[in-house]
Amino acid sequence: MSENINLTLKIWRQKGPNDKGHLETHEARDISTDMSFLEMLDVVNEQLTVEGKDPVSFDHDCREGICGMCGTVINGLAHGPERGTTLCQLHMRHFKDGDTIVIEPWRARPFRIIKDLVVDRSSFDEIIQAGGYVSVNTGQAPEANSIPVPPEWAELAMDAAACIGCGACVAACPNASAMLFVGAKISQLALLPQGKPEAAKRALSMLRKMDELDFGNCSNETECEAVCPKEISITNIARFNREFLVASFGSSEK
Amino acid sequence: MQLDARIPGGPLAEKWDRHRFELKLVNPANKRKFEIIVVGTGLAGASASATLAELGYNVKTFCLQDSPRRAHSIAAQGGINAAKNYPGDGDSIWRLFYDTIKGGDFRAREANVYRLAQISNNIIDQCVAQGVPFAREYGGLLANRSFGGAQVERTFYARGQTGQQLLLGAYSALMRQVAAGKVKVYPRREMMDLVLVDGSARGIVVRNLITGEMESHAAHAVILATGGYGNAYFLSTMAMSSNVSAIWRAHKKGAYFSHPSFVQIHPTCIPVHGTYQSKLTLMSESLRNDGRVWVPDRAGDKRSPNDIPESERDYLLERKYPSFGNLVPRDVASRSAKEVCDQGKGIGPTGFAIYLDFKDAIERDGIDVIRKKYGNLFQMYERITGEDPYKTPMMIYPAIHYTMGGLWVDYNLMSTIPGLFVLGEANFSDHGSNRLGASALMQGLSDGYFVIPYTIGGYLAGTVLPEVDEAHPSFEDSIKLMNEGIAKLLSIKGSRTVDDFHRELGHILWEYGGMSRNESGMLKAKELILGLREQFWENVMVSGSPGEFNQTLERAGRVADFLEFAELLIEDGMSREESCGCHFNEAFQTEDHEALRNDDSCCYVAAWEFNGPGKAPTLHKEPLVFENVELAQRSYK
Ligand SMILES: Cc1cc2nc3c(=O)[nH]c(=O)nc-3n(C[C@H](O)[C@H](O)[C@H](O)COP(=O)(O)OP(=O)(O)OC[C@H]3O[C@@H](n4cnc5c(N)ncnc54)[C@H](O)[C@@H]3O)c2cc1C
Ligand code: FES
Repeated sequence: MSENINLTLKIWRQKGPNDKGHLETHEARDISTDMSFLEMLDVVNEQLTVEGKDPVSFDHDCREGICGMCGTVINGLAHGPERGTTLCQLHMRHFKDGDTIVIEPWRARPFRIIKDLVVDRSSFDEIIQAGGYVSVNTGQAPEANSIPVPPEWAELAMDAAACIGCGACVAACPNASAMLFVGAKISQLALLPQGKPEAAKRALSMLRKMDELDFGNCSNETECEAVCPKEISITNIARFNREFLVASFGSSEK
Repeated sequence: MQLDARIPGGPLAEKWDRHRFELKLVNPANKRKFEIIVVGTGLAGASASATLAELGYNVKTFCLQDSPRRAHSIAAQGGINAAKNYPGDGDSIWRLFYDTIKGGDFRAREANVYRLAQISNNIIDQCVAQGVPFAREYGGLLANRSFGGAQVERTFYARGQTGQQLLLGAYSALMRQVAAGKVKVYPRREMMDLVLVDGSARGIVVRNLITGEMESHAAHAVILATGGYGNAYFLSTMAMSSNVSAIWRAHKKGAYFSHPSFVQIHPTCIPVHGTYQSKLTLMSESLRNDGRVWVPDRAGDKRSPNDIPESERDYLLERKYPSFGNLVPRDVASRSAKEVCDQGKGIGPTGFAIYLDFKDAIERDGIDVIRKKYGNLFQMYERITGEDPYKTPMMIYPAIHYTMGGLWVDYNLMSTIPGLFVLGEANFSDHGSNRLGASALMQGLSDGYFVIPYTIGGYLAGTVLPEVDEAHPSFEDSIKLMNEGIAKLLSIKGSRTVDDFHRELGHILWEYGGMSRNESGMLKAKELILGLREQFWENVMVSGSPGEFNQTLERAGRVADFLEFAELLIEDGMSREESCGCHFNEAFQTEDHEALRNDDSCCYVAAWEFNGPGKAPTLHKEPLVFENVELAQRSYK
């Protein structure tokens, strides 16, 4: 049943990339437990606006847990306390009256802070540009059913393809590694016959790009898997490592 | 201006082939001399950008989000149609064409819809080749399911995330062209204005959403793929940034706007539950394959659903439409829901909800089968409502979902402004007055992968275009005007927030321009919108400055456009003296309360011309000619 609660928010405020930034305290009153976390922030922002203050900037768009636009660290956890849930799908019924909530942006070297809780994740696009595709032009495709795919593989590929590119994995990783993100894309394509011909080249090129963009290495901390709102499994990283080994030893691509 | 849809001659099935032959070609070596701007990176914009770049054009692509992969298309759940006829259940290009025309209540062009059905099969081939992980049968071949408005299984899907997977496919093709140096992507940019030179579209002015700077971009042609405008109603299933601004600003530069009042209201969404609510969540139409819609027989029955015996339930869709049952098209299902709620039979705290019940399906197929089909949707429902749909029926109610209206385009997808092309949900073209499920994804990808690459070539090869770059004075003039508009918004410093105005506009449109419309209500809406617009410009409060990341300012600009556009939406509804598809005018209905078309006087495409602020728009009519299908009263009984 829905009830109304009061909360104390400590929100990261930072005017721009070069500003130092600080935590600012705001009271959120009469918050319905049916609200989503972002709707709670909307209420706070309406209040700030009416008071003539600068509302808190945060990224969001679909509010359905699929676009990957939203995401902040809530009390030290990327996307907050609920497993397998994006921030926009986190509801206030998971908080109690009187709680204090600390809200901070993703913090990772490759993600520059733009303002408040908004960060720059364009490095993810650059990683995909390095090989996260099948090289097929429009019109070159064969008839769809001429490429049968065993359903188990299709399911595994789909598990990996469910990644929404939100960046929580990087934010949660002590090394700011993007291995879960990269591993998921490489796995998806390596599992499907369509992606096989380029598998070796893809693995090397995406890994190289990840290093170049200042993402760290994976040291099996598994924090990424724990915060992933789509519950992408770290077995994808293992599969990526296999692809990488095959690529480094068995191919002319170096 | 005389509207010419440029529909090719010859038999329906040969028109597209013939047209492709007749279109002029740009020599492969010359393609690199052309710059093309694409605004939008949803299915339509991403597929167009990638394909044009593959052909050799230089492409600049813009979007609001921080990455092209996040466009609203990502949220589509249920699936994409194609006439592959893999299940062998009687499908064909002709049947997909006919279902789409009929589903749209005969208010779309035959030639466009036929082409869409023809292309549908190429889309599936393309997406599979890209590595889109569609659902498969045991033998490894592609699986299909049924969707509303059709009696064959022709919908391809990737769990409940079809839009995501198709968009990631198109996005990957786009990223490949970025790496090849043929596309430059400009994320976090908002198109502010369309720039015309000698009457042709030659560029855009965008606001850099991080720095607030205005930037000019010149090109030989401009493509808008900016999606739908359902957020005019405030609450909808669309992404928060979905807007009318891009196409509205083009409209004000001379592009005619078609069918603004054709707005789809989707029957299966999670009901509204609070005033703070920021958006509504769709529960995929595929749920109606197994879920049964019902309400208590008796008005005001407050018992819990599991305590209401079978004999006291009204399975309204099965009762009214025995042959299609729960799978009637969206407009029909939505109106039926409204009808029973208006009779007081609605359920839940507000009385504006009906049940979607899986009990029989679970008993028949077992809980595991149902979990496999709909697990992620059930989980989403539980996350939002806190209730378990495996145990108690879901509560659903219709919500704004999709906009059939958009900029008028001809068969080449070109608007009334030469060189301005419009793709995807932003155009009006293929869905008439009601879109069938799983056909928006099909249309967006058809426009982007398979239509525009041919038709834009025809335009570029057949038109003499003088050299124009960003130094042309039209860009500076536009930037000056745009900056003035922004300064005005920031100077008002009133006492009401942008969202507050937006919410009120939404109420007006939902009440008088929603599922059921009448003359006096629409007149009232016009008056209310006018009053609200005046108040907005006197009393809105927009914080911050123009030269920074300022989300309130972004929203203020979009709401200002919605406030202008809303009047045209109502005007369009009033001008159409019939009911058709989603447009239900109470004065035009059958004895059974079904939409009653007026084919003698309303068989036309409405195309509105902008005449200047405060001036009445002019309605132009493109007659719709049906040579291949017979105009029938739609029946799903
Ligand atoms: C919840 C939901 C589920 C759906 N499920 C299905 C389904 O199962 N099957 C189906 O066929 N259809 C479905 N639809 C409909 C379908 O998803 C959309 O119609 C379709 O994806 C629209 O694609 P688009 O490319 O035209 O535009 P969009 O995907 O909306 O993309 C618009 C693009 O334009 C950009 N843009 C907009 N304005 C500006 C501006 N001013 N300046 C710069 N850039 C701008 C945006 O950033 C974005 O990149 C669903 C819709 C919703 C809401
Ligand atoms: S807003 Fe799209 S995932 Fe949260």
